[in-house]
Amino acid sequence: MHSNKYTLGFMTVVTVLLGSFLSVAASSLKEMQELNVENDSKKNILSCLGYKEDAQSPWSPEEIQGMYDKNITAIVLDVDGKKTQIDPKTIDAETDENSFPIYISKVDNEIKGYAIPISGKGLWSTLYGFFAIEPDGITAKGITFYAHKETPGLGGEVDKEWFQNNFVGKKFINDQGELVGIKVVKGKADPTSDYEVDGISGATITSKGLESFLVDDLKKYESFLKNVREG
Amino acid sequence: MAFLDKKSKVALTDPLMKNNPISLQVLGICSALAVTVQLNTAVVMTLAVVAVLSVSNTVISLIRTMIPGKVRIIVQLSVIATLVILTDQILQAYMYDISKQLSVFVALIITNCIVMGRAEAFAMQNTPGKSFLDGLGNGLGYGGILISVAFFRELLGNGSIYGYSVIPESLYAAGYQNMGIMVLSPGAFIILGLIVWVHRIASGVEED
Repeated sequence: MHSNKYTLGFMTVVTVLLGSFLSVAASSLKEMQELNVENDSKKNILSCLGYKEDAQSPWSPEEIQGMYDKNITAIVLDVDGKKTQIDPKTIDAETDENSFPIYISKVDNEIKGYAIPISGKGLWSTLYGFFAIEPDGITAKGITFYAHKETPGLGGEVDKEWFQNNFVGKKFINDQGELVGIKVVKGKADPTSDYEVDGISGATITSKGLESFLVDDLKKYESFLKNVREG
Repeated sequence: MAFLDKKSKVALTDPLMKNNPISLQVLGICSALAVTVQLNTAVVMTLAVVAVLSVSNTVISLIRTMIPGKVRIIVQLSVIATLVILTDQILQAYMYDISKQLSVFVALIITNCIVMGRAEAFAMQNTPGKSFLDGLGNGLGYGGILISVAFFRELLGNGSIYGYSVIPESLYAAGYQNMGIMVLSPGAFIILGLIVWVHRIASGVEED
């Protein structure tokens, strides 16, 4: 039987040893982890803007970096949709409600599309992703999700290609110039409609959530997109 | 394996078949259901559990005579927790995509009864070498079942093996469909139940 003193001493030594071991490991891996998160978000921006990755040969981090630097310009808009001098890296989208980052895809100085961050509640979790818009300011170019905790196979299908591809070419502005968003309908969407996409069976709440936060997020950029539409 | 004495050999091979932690002791079921939608995640999860289990068994066995009996569970838990966090951090740094898919389940290795169970039942009484082998054996026994479940779920649910489609397009054209239930939890229960059944018949085990 060990004495209480020994037990206390032993626990202290164990805790300090394990604790310092973990801190060293965590801080030495931190840089790499942050790089991964940044790369993942860049990859999502690229992919919703139509730069598709080949499933058999995924992009290396260097390729992502190179493509992003070459094609994407990130700027921050104020509430009126005017460009500001703020560095997009310095703002925290979760807390800052007055500045809106937007990612512009340019090839040879010609604008190919705009990507905006979108996020909102699904069934279990907050979904985070990007929504890309054609240079006309009316048509959807793509959508991606990089973080969510929806049920795999049901709400989790939002990060699958079949679902995301449905958005391409849909319109979120109607003929009267009003922002109507894109409806995620139960079952099959009307193939002639420009404003709706197929929902995910068994995931009505995720689909409805996505539909509503997409409109909310588009509203924030409406003053900017209006200028885009008017040229 | 002539270089191992009999008891070490038993420690390593027993959990693979005769005393498998999942199919005979029915431990570690939670993660076996959760990460077996695809082979990819099941394999990484297996590696993570094998690493945690064999290192935790070795470390606990090394300090087993120093651990005061009153706080032994807490000490085991601290060692295991440290290893699990370390594994999670390494995955986030080097295998980011897979760590995203495994999400909370890597962190939940700590609650996997197999890890605590082996620390308490084996590593506290045996030498580091044997404890390492016992951890390795149990990790592989767990992983073997995990990978079998994932194999059937991915094949039936997605028509693929390790991400490569194996069901020919012509079969889909003829009306074959992937079984949606296999990607959901009920599919995992059914497959796991069948595997446990077959394994018990094969090994001739009967519950008292």
